[in-house]
Amino acid sequence: MNREALLQQTFDMPTKDNVLAYLSGDGLTKLFKGFTSIFLVPMFAIALFLGLWSAGAQQVQTSLGTLPGPAEVWQQTKVLYTEHAAERDKEAAFYERMKKRVDKAIAANKPAERIAKIKARRYTGPETFIDQIFTSLWTVMTGFILGSLIAIPLGIVIGMSNTLYSAFNPIIQIFKPVSPLAWLPLVTMVVSAVYVSNDPMFSKSFVTSAITVTLCCLWPTIINTAVGVSSVSNDLINVSRVLRLSWITKTVKIIIPSSIPMIFTGLRLSLGIGWMVLIAAEMLAQNPGLGKFVWDEFQNGSSNSLARIMVAVLVIGFIGYMLDRAMLMLQRSVNWDKSATLR
Amino acid sequence: MSTYLHIDHVGITFPTDTGPLTVLEDVNLKVNQGEFISLIGHSGCGKSTVLNIVAGLLQASKGGVILENKEVSDPGPDRAVIFQNHSLLPWLTVYENVRLAVDQVFKKTKSKAERHDWVRHNLELVHMSHALDRRPDEISGGMKQRVGIARALAMEPKVLLMDEPFGALDSLTRTHMQDSLMEIQADLNNTVIMITHDVDEAVLLSDRIVMMTNGPNATVGEILDVELERPRHRLALAEDPRYNHYRAEVVRFLHERHLQKASAVVPAMKNDSDENAAGLRLAAG
Repeated sequence: MNREALLQQTFDMPTKDNVLAYLSGDGLTKLFKGFTSIFLVPMFAIALFLGLWSAGAQQVQTSLGTLPGPAEVWQQTKVLYTEHAAERDKEAAFYERMKKRVDKAIAANKPAERIAKIKARRYTGPETFIDQIFTSLWTVMTGFILGSLIAIPLGIVIGMSNTLYSAFNPIIQIFKPVSPLAWLPLVTMVVSAVYVSNDPMFSKSFVTSAITVTLCCLWPTIINTAVGVSSVSNDLINVSRVLRLSWITKTVKIIIPSSIPMIFTGLRLSLGIGWMVLIAAEMLAQNPGLGKFVWDEFQNGSSNSLARIMVAVLVIGFIGYMLDRAMLMLQRSVNWDKSATLR
Repeated sequence: MSTYLHIDHVGITFPTDTGPLTVLEDVNLKVNQGEFISLIGHSGCGKSTVLNIVAGLLQASKGGVILENKEVSDPGPDRAVIFQNHSLLPWLTVYENVRLAVDQVFKKTKSKAERHDWVRHNLELVHMSHALDRRPDEISGGMKQRVGIARALAMEPKVLLMDEPFGALDSLTRTHMQDSLMEIQADLNNTVIMITHDVDEAVLLSDRIVMMTNGPNATVGEILDVELERPRHRLALAEDPRYNHYRAEVVRFLHERHLQKASAVVPAMKNDSDENAAGLRLAAG
């Protein structure tokens, strides 16, 4: 390959011809069209949405004042960030003080257990909005990964055996439409009864939320994986029979790669549902996270509460979108069917 | 010398909703080592079923398949199959597709380096060395089928089974593939059973052409020995009266079967014309 073509492919650099084409009328028209569809149209739609929101919100009176418009929401976004920064400063100051006390205690030759006690003291300030975001993200990822670790192998086994499929199908079909929130009381009770330890690695509320997410992540992944596995092309199965591939090799080399697209369809559905359910579960069970933030603000009922809830709503939406994009990127990187359009 | 491969009075019956359906009845065929056999017959006569029974992918209800004095009833790499739609694993490259088969068949008898060389050698044989790292969806249909052939050859099968290997290709590519196959066959002298619809292909490639009667209850109708010396060249043969004679023989057989088939389905055809008439009425209205 010549150097110019290589550079162009690697860095998407315009070659001489392309530059000339762009400078000619035709190129400029194309450029403008691309710019319009990628940038102008969405920008226009967003501006329109903000305008309608701003105008519409002012018409709605609530007991906490009018509904917040984009300006108030932006204002509160900044406030929430400032609060977070202030909280971090306080925390840093706390640990600074603790360090000094430890130094002093060592200098005064205090007994070791006393020093250890001081050292063990942790900062207990309120969780800020940003902290809640990370709590929720960590919870949803834990629940999702746990659910996938159960659902993918189960889906593969169910997809490979007609008997197991008939055995599991009614159970799956009955549990699938159940809102995981219905499980929440049961999960809470079971976790508080079973997960007992003096020095728990995770807090109970975290375990409850994560298991609730797991419960709703199971079904789409199981079903899609099973469908993917059972629809592996018969010819490929024949290839594995002619080659006398062992059960393991057949699964790893043929069945799993072949069902990767379907597995990912299930995973993306699961993660989307998991994220939605987590927020609701946090609201309902008062477990730390974005849901609790929303509920606390609602109970708080200050004049800023609605704007702060709106910030949370937008952040929840944005994170959900980013989670899906991340799954899509992962899917693209492992998908062998390059001709498939994934969106 | 005893027969290399014996398809011994094979019959197969499938259960259907309307009772058992005997697709094959008493198919008997002896194949010598290094022989190239074509199976030809009308669609649905059970050619593929014969091939699948030899491959072990289907179980015969009666009779059996004997390869080198041993009965074979399950699939194995000693009877490599080349499928019509190539059946390459789309997520593996050309090299990896062949390597999977080589690793499986020679995992105990060949070292890693030897297996690598063997994969390269077989892909060279089918002229695919330039595309080792391409995936199946990045190469043409003919190239995919070449890789499928390389994969089958790499297993060093005792019998090579081809199920309409070039059926899905355009005629120009098919011509190339047939020439390639003759070249490889001259080198390796494999025992081959090939299913085809193409009369020219059958005469050009085969030592014997096995013509099958129409199903159900299909069996071997006639066997035609093609005594044309090798190497064969399609241009020279086109003028050869013997070639045209063989060709005419096969066409005659197929034509007669076609007439039989037509007379057997007269009631169905009557229904067809009724439907056509209804269709016309609909179109007119």
